Amino acid sequence: MSGQSSPFAHALKDAALATLIVAGIGFPVVAYRADPDFNNALALTSRWPLFFIFCGLGFALRFGLSLWGARKKPSQAAPAAHTSAKRGWLPPLGLLAILAYPLVMLAVMGPQGALKWVDTYGVQILLYILLGWGLNITVGLAGLLDLGYVAFYAVGAYGYALLAPMTGLSFWALLPICGALAAFWGFCIGFPILRLRGDYLAIVTLAFAEIVRIVLVNWDVVTHGEAGLFGFPGVSFFGLPFIPGPRGFDAHFGFKFAGVHKLIFLYYLVLALAILANFVSIRLRRLPLGRAWEALREDEIACRALGLDTANIKLTAFALGAFFAGVAGCLFALRQGFVSPSSFTFTESATILAIVVLGGRGSQVGVAMAAVLIVGASELLRELTFLKAIFGQDFDPTQYRMLLVGMAMVAMMNFRPRGLVSSREPTIVLKEAEAPV
Amino acid sequence: MTAPRWIADPLLQVDRLTMRFGGLVAVNNVSFAAGRGDITALIGPNGAGKTTLFNCLTGFYKPTVGRIAFSRGGLDVERIEALTATSAKYSSAKNAQDMGEGIYLLERMADHEIAKKARVARTFQNIRLFPGMSALENLIVAQHVALARASGLSVFGLLGLPSWRRAERDAVALAEKWLARIGLRHRANDPAGALPYGDQRRLEIARAMCSGPALLCLDEPAAGLNANESAGLASLLRDIRDEGETSILLIEHDMSVVMAISDHLVVLDYGQKIADGAPAEVRENPAVIAAYLGVEDAEVDAVESDILAGDPR
Repeated sequence: MSGQSSPFAHALKDAALATLIVAGIGFPVVAYRADPDFNNALALTSRWPLFFIFCGLGFALRFGLSLWGARKKPSQAAPAAHTSAKRGWLPPLGLLAILAYPLVMLAVMGPQGALKWVDTYGVQILLYILLGWGLNITVGLAGLLDLGYVAFYAVGAYGYALLAPMTGLSFWALLPICGALAAFWGFCIGFPILRLRGDYLAIVTLAFAEIVRIVLVNWDVVTHGEAGLFGFPGVSFFGLPFIPGPRGFDAHFGFKFAGVHKLIFLYYLVLALAILANFVSIRLRRLPLGRAWEALREDEIACRALGLDTANIKLTAFALGAFFAGVAGCLFALRQGFVSPSSFTFTESATILAIVVLGGRGSQVGVAMAAVLIVGASELLRELTFLKAIFGQDFDPTQYRMLLVGMAMVAMMNFRPRGLVSSREPTIVLKEAEAPV
Repeated sequence: MTAPRWIADPLLQVDRLTMRFGGLVAVNNVSFAAGRGDITALIGPNGAGKTTLFNCLTGFYKPTVGRIAFSRGGLDVERIEALTATSAKYSSAKNAQDMGEGIYLLERMADHEIAKKARVARTFQNIRLFPGMSALENLIVAQHVALARASGLSVFGLLGLPSWRRAERDAVALAEKWLARIGLRHRANDPAGALPYGDQRRLEIARAMCSGPALLCLDEPAAGLNANESAGLASLLRDIRDEGETSILLIEHDMSVVMAISDHLVVLDYGQKIADGAPAEVRENPAVIAAYLGVEDAEVDAVESDILAGDPR
């Protein structure tokens, strides 16, 4: 960039170029709309106003961004102040809030109104946090780009849905079994791709996830295809099922039957498992295995030169990440009471990966925050029914979910390219190292 | 006059090593030995095949032909031959009653096995640290083999057993010792990638040393260092040798460093060994002088006229 041209002129040039690109992309996509008419021939409808709105938006956005960037540039040269996170009281308070959340919702909304809040905003988000933490091991720590994570989630869910009626085991026994099944598949997929890295690895894992989904769709005898599996036993409270009637949980404790009780129990169950998973990940990170994962992400050749068996290290990262997904899948089956292949599409993998990338690869807190943001925000879109009054009855805010996630990703890449929590804390610190000797 | 150490007490013996990439012969029938407790320097003009040879030694390449025998306890021809006749990669210490140390045939082993079992560590021409991890963590990862055993497949570590804590404390102490030795103790918690170039070079050597190697292979450790840093490096390497645990094999272009510290020089040119001996002898060797400085015009003319005479066009 030449020093002579003013930032304004530069921004203008930049914005003009951006507009040209928008126009180039927009012309075939926006400017004309092709619909079959009554004779089933294509009729072109021009949408020039919309086209110009897009171009204008592109111009304004790019112009604003470049001006803002030019203004910000000098400050970037200054070293970023080292902010040590002071959060002594925050974690216990946060945990208390999370623990109290379903009970507060129950008290405020009543057993019917709390259903949605405990289920979609509670259990669902926690499940995504658990998934995010699992994928964080594979992608965040070990640096193995896994686009097929949902396959392990599916293994866990179908594992429970098939094994529960077949074996008659309770979900407590099946939870680790589902995890182990998924870990086994993680191992199996890990073997052939040990030599692959980066893009190639991503493509193979993507293909693996599709294979699993297609098997689930077509293996009618076992999986009932698209119709899915249901009617398997649900969650129970130490042997007491959550059902109406004298043998159920509510009758035993003298409560009035309410469906939300089951969800509250599930909420605490998922929460406990997520906390356990978090504890294990944090501890593992400080162990040789965890350090080896991070070293593998940083430089595989150097790892081998130091005697690290990179094959084993990759396999453990795959298997442990898959284990978490298997447990999450089992919990998913319990929550839904119904599993079908449509729950395990690529979009699901992409969402979980987005959570990890948005949160900051390797950061536990960041991943949890990103899960709340992405899943919570897309669920909140359903609540925005008042927008129909503005945009008309046809307006459906949920249709804009992926668009918003995409925009959030672009914004992240621009402003915080390493995720919400980008600072990496060393796994071990040498005390009194600060003073130069 | 006694035999030089690389003949009397070799630690590494390379026999007729050839590495071919398609039609290109990068290393051609090279044999040499490195003495236990020596600093052996591998020198030669650019493209002579030094790094390829290094990659064969450390298992990153599988040599096309040849044998690389290594033992911490000293090599003996009969045992090497006996092991070569079997399909084993190494004779474990248990089988080797006579010496108490196993023999490793490096050309049969995978790269990480060479580092882990034979304890041959290496550095790279273009530094390969773990840039996002702190200097201390780099040195801890180097002790992975010992630490992983102490952490009992992570189970003991997850439970926080005392045996694991002790192992980790020892590892930190060793890392701290090396950080102090290379003058980087005050930067222990900084990401390795943020250190200045010269510090990164030294940190990479410290990392290799933390893995407790019997042979340390250094690929151009003085590249990009200033005169002051080169002198510091030379004294560091000499100290490592004098401590007696680790022998050194290095590739280096900086002749002031090579001549100051090495006990033994092996010179390669166009993939072939052209000289092998003590620094003083090699320095006088006409083939080496020709490879480095070129030859007199008269000699070139002589060669050209020979060619023309043999092949009249």
